[in-house]
Amino acid sequence: MRRLFIASMLAFPAFAAHASTPEQRGLEVFRQVCSSCHSLNHVTYADLGELGLSVSDIKAYAAQHEIPDGLDDDGDPKTRPAHPSDVIGSPYLTAGMARMANHGGLPPDFSRLAMTQKGGIRRIIDILVSYTSPPEGKKLPPGSYYNTAMPHLHIAMPPPLHDGQIKYTDGTNPTVPQMAHDVGAFLSWAGHPHLHTRHRTGLFVLSYLAILSGFLFVLKRRVWAKQTKKLP
Amino acid sequence: MTERPQSVSTWLNTRLPILSAFRREYVEFSMPRNLNYLWNFGAFAVVSLTLLILSGIFLALNYTPTLADAFSSVETIDRQVASGWLIRSVHMGGVSMLFAALYVHIARSLYYGSYKAPRELVWLTGLGLLLLVMITAFAGYVLPWGQMSYWGATVVVNAVNTVPLVGKPLASWLLGGEGLGNVALHRLFVLHFVTAFSIIGVIVLHVATLHVTGSNNPTGKDLTEPDQTVPFHPYYTTKDGLGLCLFLLVYAALIFFAPDFLTLSDNYVQANPLITPSDITPEWYFAPFYAILRAVPSKLGGLILATGSIVILFALPWLDSSTIRSARFRPWLRVALPLLFLAFLALGLAGMSPPSPFWLWISRAAVAYWYVYFLGLLPMIARREQASRRKEHF
Ligand code: HEM
Repeated sequence: MRRLFIASMLAFPAFAAHASTPEQRGLEVFRQVCSSCHSLNHVTYADLGELGLSVSDIKAYAAQHEIPDGLDDDGDPKTRPAHPSDVIGSPYLTAGMARMANHGGLPPDFSRLAMTQKGGIRRIIDILVSYTSPPEGKKLPPGSYYNTAMPHLHIAMPPPLHDGQIKYTDGTNPTVPQMAHDVGAFLSWAGHPHLHTRHRTGLFVLSYLAILSGFLFVLKRRVWAKQTKKLP
Repeated sequence: MTERPQSVSTWLNTRLPILSAFRREYVEFSMPRNLNYLWNFGAFAVVSLTLLILSGIFLALNYTPTLADAFSSVETIDRQVASGWLIRSVHMGGVSMLFAALYVHIARSLYYGSYKAPRELVWLTGLGLLLLVMITAFAGYVLPWGQMSYWGATVVVNAVNTVPLVGKPLASWLLGGEGLGNVALHRLFVLHFVTAFSIIGVIVLHVATLHVTGSNNPTGKDLTEPDQTVPFHPYYTTKDGLGLCLFLLVYAALIFFAPDFLTLSDNYVQANPLITPSDITPEWYFAPFYAILRAVPSKLGGLILATGSIVILFALPWLDSSTIRSARFRPWLRVALPLLFLAFLALGLAGMSPPSPFWLWISRAAVAYWYVYFLGLLPMIARREQASRRKEHF
């Protein structure tokens, strides 16, 4: 399905600007919401090409970010715009700064979150849609927010999504569940690199080996057919 | 005056007879006709090891053995290096396939008495291979520097530290004095491929010793009639070929469709010495030995019983004095040995489950049976068999 889609995008570039996949919409949510606190320390801008982003979009996205680039001759820190081959990285320069900005908590890196989060993507989506106002008289620890998906009913992350918060380029209605599912699809893609290619290659390899097994089975039977005497 | 022109192969063979040696050992080599598919597993091990070494070379080209960069260099292999994800999967899947093949290979040798005279050296070199494979796998698992890498290694280092007198100096000498740091990681990297390459040499010894005596067979009896044997080629080339193809099918199904099955997801969190994972679980192939470590209240005791469970196998050809090889003709063994396999499986399950009184007692019963089997049951069964054989003789 996705391949068909990518193929159609190549054929009709104008159409591509409007149509989008959950992963692409998830990237939009990430860029406009999550990335102000969470990092993608192992995914490069160029990797986004796998989602169907064009080279110029990727270059433009990378160029928006200034990253450290050693020291100049006076010993002052230098920066440069990011290249597509740089990792998307963290909004904070150091882990210490990230903690300082988040009441001492460290927003987890997104690169493998889909894999390392207990309960996986479904649990992440569940957390995103489970913010409500606390019941009367409920006391929350400072710097935490009421969330019915958490075992102790609170979480350090402020509610990140609100209806209508972003504008999807394909015109999809940005409700909280919609954005949660899209960002889930994006995290799933990031957490399992090359999954699509893996499955496609796998199908080819398995078919090849299955056919070869068939031939070898016949060959083995024919070779052994000469041995007619009953085995002990 | 000049000699008659020779073919290149004759020229080579008269100077270095590798072609005739190959013919003798892999074409005409006489094999029992009645081997079952369990005799394929040695070939499976050779193929898994070859794939491990080939993929390992390409991983090493892209891996950085430093605390700062190890984890991200592995991520780079999985994401940005061309076909890196495939190479890494072949390597990770290869470890599981190698251990699976080895455990079946060993079980086959136990069941059909392949460890007995005249194949003791095949058995002993095989055990040497098992130890080398285990050391290599342990060192390799530390390299990606995830949480399980770090904490798994910590469990092992702590275990070594409990050995009286030598333990602490030995651990600090091996790790370069600063615990699990940069020096240790670099050394484990070197250890990983040095042991991996030395395995090749030991395989040559293993197969050479086997070719002196020839293969055992499911009856365990020496084959005397010419019609009981067939040449290696084309009979076992085709039979091994078919088996290998099916083995590769399972291997491919794992790496392409169940890659997460081969690793613990916790190892995709970078090592953090300040955060102990809620439960430290080993890879499945070490689980039985981890279960033994946990089953014993004393750390040193656990270490002794876990290493002892393998060391005891070196004595096996001399613990079992019966001249009957195959369990087919050893009714008592046909009960006692499957129970041993069951104990091993139970230990594996126990090692992968969170600790609980239930699994603790299962582990204890299983370890106890392991030692009782090798030190008590097996020697006893062997003596009874020898006694009744002598009676038959008179
Ligand atoms: C890297 C590890 C190993 C490799 C590559 C390997 C390879 C082989 C090969 C190719 C054979 C001949 C085919 C067969 O009988 O399956 C063989 C036979 C044998 N191996 Fe291994 N092996 C390994 C480890 C072991 C271990 C760990 C043991 C036991 C502790 C062992 C014990 C034996 C025995 C007893 C035989 C002779 C079997 C018979 O003829 O019945 N091997 N091995």
